[in-house]
Amino acid sequence: MQQQAWVLEWEICCNTAGGGAPLPIGGTMAKKAAYMGMLTALAFVFSYIESLIPITIGIPGVKLGLANLVVIVALYTIGAKEAFVLSAIRIFLAGFTFGNPANMVYSLAGGMLSLLVMAAMKKWKLFSVTGVSVLGGVSHNIGQILVAMLVVENAKLLYYLPVLLLSGTIAGIAVGVVAAILTKRLERAGRV
Amino acid sequence: MKKNDIILIAALLAAALAALAGIALYSAGTAKGAEAVVYINGKEQGRYPLGEGRAVKIPAGDGGYNLLEIKDGQADITKASCPDKICVDQRPVSRQGESLVCLPNKVVVEIENGGEPEIDGSTN
Repeated sequence: MQQQAWVLEWEICCNTAGGGAPLPIGGTMAKKAAYMGMLTALAFVFSYIESLIPITIGIPGVKLGLANLVVIVALYTIGAKEAFVLSAIRIFLAGFTFGNPANMVYSLAGGMLSLLVMAAMKKWKLFSVTGVSVLGGVSHNIGQILVAMLVVENAKLLYYLPVLLLSGTIAGIAVGVVAAILTKRLERAGRV
Repeated sequence: MKKNDIILIAALLAAALAALAGIALYSAGTAKGAEAVVYINGKEQGRYPLGEGRAVKIPAGDGGYNLLEIKDGQADITKASCPDKICVDQRPVSRQGESLVCLPNKVVVEIENGGEPEIDGSTN
């Protein structure tokens, strides 16, 4: 799986025929690779920082989702495909280094569903960055719970959903507001 | 933020609160399914729903007994023939997995289908 992600990244960063959205900072392949690498590192660091902050309210899955900030910025500045790769790489990196590999499957399910929803919402232009981020946070939680329900074969986990819905919405707003400011500035910087 | 964002956030928060309220109502209803199960020497002797108040005299060997009282959705042993009376001193129980134990009479009262325990596990 991990290797696959790297191969995918190579295809995206090094395959100039792919086209895609114009980059905010120049358009060459090297710049794109550098930008992707920087964002991946940033997401990785954010994951680590978040793992240091203990939020113990007794319900797993309640967190700020700092790394999602980077994923949203990638989604808006480079594109959905790149954001997808970035998110997958971050989850594998975090899972194999300081995270719990057993939890990776939950993160992966949440992360991928979240990105799918965010990419679709971005396309439909129904919401601003904040709304997209809120939907991303909530769908992350829903994806995690669905997989957890499959793994432990217990539908009672659904009881966690309302609390996660609440926390996902609040975290989504916080991350979304920052992401909106960031993407706007990055776009402006890119045009200069 | 767009107007749509605010509508979305409001809708999500409302849905979460409604679901929380629904779960609170639902679990209040199912807590009545809790039963006190009496075991003597490891064998099940009877089940008594916590929903109805009653007093059950649990006979043990040698003429001994434990008096199990169910009141206000809680089970408690209020009288016993045993010498140490540890079971009488135990707090009333009502939550899933909690138990009252009288070792001299080999009597165990366990709660099944009760509400969630106050302390549960935690993982990171």
